[in-house]
Parts: sequence; C-alpha cells; structure tokens
Amino acid sequence: MAAEPAGGAALAVPDVEPRPVRARRSQRLPLFSLGVLGAFVVVALLAPLLGLSNPQEQSLRKRFRPPVWEERGTWEHPLGTDRLGRDMLSRIIWGARVSLAAGVVTVLLASAFGAAVGLVAGYYGGRVDIALMRFTDATMSFPVILLALILAVTVGPSFTNVVVAIAVILWARYARVIRAQVLTLMQLDFIAQSRIAGAGGWRIITRHLFPNTLNTLVVLVTLQIGYVIIVEASLSFLGAGIPPPTPAWGSMISEGREYVTSAWWASFFPGLAILLVVLAFNLIGDWLRDTLDPKLRQL
Amino acid sequence: MSVSDQIARLGRWGPGPGPSSGSPGNPVVDVRDLRTHIVTRWGTIKAVDGVSFRVDEGETLGLVGESGSGKSMTCLSLIRLVPRPAARILGGQILLDGDDLLAKTETQMQRIRGRKVAMILQDPMSSLNPVFSIGMQVREAAGMYHALRGKALSERAAALLAAVRIPSPAARLSAFPHQLSGGMRQRVVGAMAIAAPPRLLIADEPTTSLDLTIQAQYLGLLKDLQQQHRLAMIFVTHNLGIVAKICDRVAVMYAGRIVEIGPVRRIFGQPAHPYTRALIESIPRLGARRGRLTAIEGQPPDLADLPPGCSFAPRCPAVMERCRVEEPPALALGADHLARCWLHAPAA
Repeated sequence: MAAEPAGGAALAVPDVEPRPVRARRSQRLPLFSLGVLGAFVVVALLAPLLGLSNPQEQSLRKRFRPPVWEERGTWEHPLGTDRLGRDMLSRIIWGARVSLAAGVVTVLLASAFGAAVGLVAGYYGGRVDIALMRFTDATMSFPVILLALILAVTVGPSFTNVVVAIAVILWARYARVIRAQVLTLMQLDFIAQSRIAGAGGWRIITRHLFPNTLNTLVVLVTLQIGYVIIVEASLSFLGAGIPPPTPAWGSMISEGREYVTSAWWASFFPGLAILLVVLAFNLIGDWLRDTLDPKLRQL
Repeated sequence: MSVSDQIARLGRWGPGPGPSSGSPGNPVVDVRDLRTHIVTRWGTIKAVDGVSFRVDEGETLGLVGESGSGKSMTCLSLIRLVPRPAARILGGQILLDGDDLLAKTETQMQRIRGRKVAMILQDPMSSLNPVFSIGMQVREAAGMYHALRGKALSERAAALLAAVRIPSPAARLSAFPHQLSGGMRQRVVGAMAIAAPPRLLIADEPTTSLDLTIQAQYLGLLKDLQQQHRLAMIFVTHNLGIVAKICDRVAVMYAGRIVEIGPVRRIFGQPAHPYTRALIESIPRLGARRGRLTAIEGQPPDLADLPPGCSFAPRCPAVMERCRVEEPPALALGADHLARCWLHAPAA
C-alpha cells in the first residue's frame, strides 16, 4: 500500500463499520399477535373451567359496578358489570367463543366454496368462466348486512343465520382472487406438461392448480377472519346477529351504548376485545403473506 | 433400407390412400393430410394445412421452419391439445400404430397422452410444478402409467432420474424445482416423459433455453433414450445444426405445409426447394470465407391471407409465372425425398 502513486490517497476510502445484518422484519414471528390470539383462544376454550361467574346471571343490585381499579370496584367483577349486573369479564370470555367460532366457521365455508368456483372458472374458462364470474359479481353487489337483516326478520336471528348470511356473500371474494391466480398459473408450462402427460381436468385442478393457490388462500383466510368478526359484531350490534342473552361482543357494545357517559366500561371492553383480535388476525395475515411469498421462500 | 421399403414410404406421403399399416418400416405414427385451422377475428389461419409424414420406430424426424410456420401446432394436433375453442383440427388422420387418434374420445386421449405419446416443451423454468418436490412429480408420472406404490414407486422414480443422468438421483427426489438448474429441470421433464415409456416422443425445441454445452449433453441424452426404448421422435427446432446432428429425416415447414421432406443427408446435400436452400445458406459456418450471411428476403406470409399458388412465391429467388397461380403438388425426387416446388415438375 505504501508504494501507491500519489493520486491514490484521494481514492482511499476510510473504513466504515459495516452495518450488522439484521433479520428481515417480515420474517420475524408476530409474537404480539400470536400471543393475543393464543390467549383469547385458550381462555375461550377453557371458559367453563375457569370458575367465572355465570355470564347470564343477572343481579339488579349489582348494576354498573366499575372495574376493579376504579373507586367502588371489587375483585368479584374485575371488569365491572353491565346494566343487568352481569359480569363483564365472564361475558367477554364467553363472547370470544361466539366471535371466534363465527369468524372461523364462516371463513372456512366461504373460502371452500369460493376457491372451488375460482378454480373451476379459471380452469375451464370460456362460457363456464363468464357464467360463474357474473354470478360472483352479482353476489358481491349484495350487502351482507341487508341479507342478515332479511334473514333475522324472516327466520329469526341465530348463530347459524349469521354464519350463513356472511358466508353466502363472502365467497365471491375468494372466487375472484383464486380465479385471477389460476389464470396466471394456466399460462405456465407445467400445466400444459401435465395435460400432455395425460392428466384430466380434475387431476390438474386438485394436484396442480389448488396447491399453487394455497398461499394466497391462507393469507386471505387469516385477513378475512378479522373482517368477519367485525361484520358479526355489527350484526349483533344491530340486533340481527346472535340473539340475547348469549353474550356476543357486538350486542354488548350496543347494550352499553346508552350509558357510555356514566358506565364507559360496558361498551369499552367488548370494543377493545374486537380491536385486539382483529388486529392480531390482520398482523398474522400480513406476516403470512410475506413469509409464504415463493420468491422469499427460494432463499 | 431396401429399395422396396423406400418405395413403400414414398407411397405414404401426400394425400391419398397408402399401403395398409403393418408394412415393413413399422411406422409408429403416420400423419395423413392433417389440417388444423385457427379462427381469429382477422380471419381463419391455416396453421396446419395438409401435412403428411410418418415416423418409424427408432427414427427421428426433424421438423424445421420459421416461427409461425405451424411446427408447434402440428405437434399439439398430434396429441389433440390445440388451444380450444379457437383452433380446430378439421381433417386428416393421425395413425398411431395404425389407430386413428382423431377418432378417439377425450377420455381415450387422456389414456394415450403420456402413455403412448409424450412431449417435452421448450421452457424448463416453468415446466415443473413449483410447490412439489421432484420426487412427488416423478412419482406422480410413474404412478399414472404403472401400478406401483410406496417404496417400489420411489425406486422407479429414482431409476428414471438415473436414466436421464441426474447425479445422486435418490437424493434429488426431495429437491424442489427452484433448487435445480435449467438443464437439470429439463432432464427431470425428460424423465417424466419416458416414464411409460411412450412410443412417440415429441420434443418441441427442448434445448432452446439451455446454454450450448448443456444443449449438446441434452441432445446426446435424448438420442440415447431414443435408442434404448426404440422411440419414434419428432424433434422441432429452427436450428439446422441440431437437425444435422440428431435427425434421420427432415421435414421443412413453410406457412402450414411441409414444403420438403427427405433424409437428412439428401436435404443438406441436394436441397430441392428454394426455401430449404435459403435456410441452409443462412447457417453461419465456422471457418467459411468471410462475408455476409445470406438472409431470406421478405417476410413470412400472412397466414390468414395466403397468396394463390405457392405461398413461398413472393420471396422465392427462382419464382416462375406458374408459381403465382397454381399450387405445387408434392413431387417425388427419388428415394424418400419429396418437395412442393414447380422447379422439379417434369416438363409438360
């Protein structure tokens, strides 16, 4: 280095500490979301074993007890009581069962049907595609809440009706996304190659197209569970959802609405529960989308 | 090959009844007057227009021509996978071991594809399913054609990979497509193609996207596989160097027709059709005297609006009055050599 020509000094670049290589942000496990969700699932599943007070037991003398950290609060009702004196904590935990079950069941039904429609439309194309996609468009233009209200008025509100009302509309999104993906997959040679090898439509759809859409499907399912929980809560809030006295987060918010100035906790805690669960699902969905990206997976 | 065989072959070419199958020479596939048209909004494209040829057991037929001359559409027609609904096979016969494929139902065709006729496509990067391991895909192919399960199936898959000279085949079964190079993937495709093994192997420019050294290896491999299984092979390419290297006979396609067909040596030595001549003259040669390569003047014709007469006439250096009016028939020019060109018509 000493023998370098005079001009060399100008070219010399001082050593700089290299930046430490950090793990990609997207590939870190979303611990917060998994923790929140895990806690809700475990508590909801174990609800009967937790020694909670009966979520439907009313006591007018205990109306609107505040949470434990407020004045007048007691450990008997850590999150206070609602307008009928029912324990808020117990109702939120039992309500988690309703919300999570509604979310998961609805999304599974919708995604199974929607994916099937998308696969068939994308694979067969032509008139089949046109017919199925117009059906999909028509479905998407129908408001979920209107359908749920109609069902609630005609058949009466129930858990099944909520699930059916949402699933009957929600599948259309899956159909569209999956069809779009199938159309790109169909351009790839491995589909042509398997047809050349003698594979029929059923085999190509199940063995080649469906596995290649799984990533998308998993991400979409995760994101949509959060959405369904909100829709279910909205329906319950409007009275077209899970009928009382079954605890559901949406109807709890609705019931506490009138007293929000004097007993804020009656609406606040179910709202917080919805926020946490939906946020957790969305963050996990984002994380899955990044991790399952085949380009990143090639590393 | 005896003279009588050659004459028998000659009779096969071109429309019209040929001798019944089972004649010496043992044709695996015998295509007669195949016509596949594509309907577009600009008109009907005669992608394959009266194509006839035959390929014997253990023989390789090179199919050459410019892009859009109908090579690939001919191959897709052979396995009845032309892009529907735009493309239709309108007529002709495709006799596979004497059995007309155009008379089969779709279900019957599914049992013929892969088992009797296999095909290797051009792009190795997308011809394997990205989400499954090599092993699962080769096992699927092998399991479709043979009643094998479990360990026997895995062994068969490893044997197939070994047959296409993939190093440490048993270990590669668990690899995913993205972990293999283009050449390796194309070998895997080859392994799946010979899983049955088929009677006819169609290779549609299988080496175009491989680099040169790998190309040579792959061609050697295909040739060996062919010898081993006595496959009839159709090799589609626009590389005449490859044709000279691995083909026994050549068919030159232009505008949906075979304009010349014959043994490789004869086509390269005495090309009869001006188009074939032009193709051969445009091959760059190492060590040849310096000078510009000869290019073929003009553009390939609009297939939706072909001129009357010979479709090569507008670009032909030896064009005559007759060429623009009347379409030349297939003329025999000696042993197993035919050309569609008026230059060779006996003086009337």
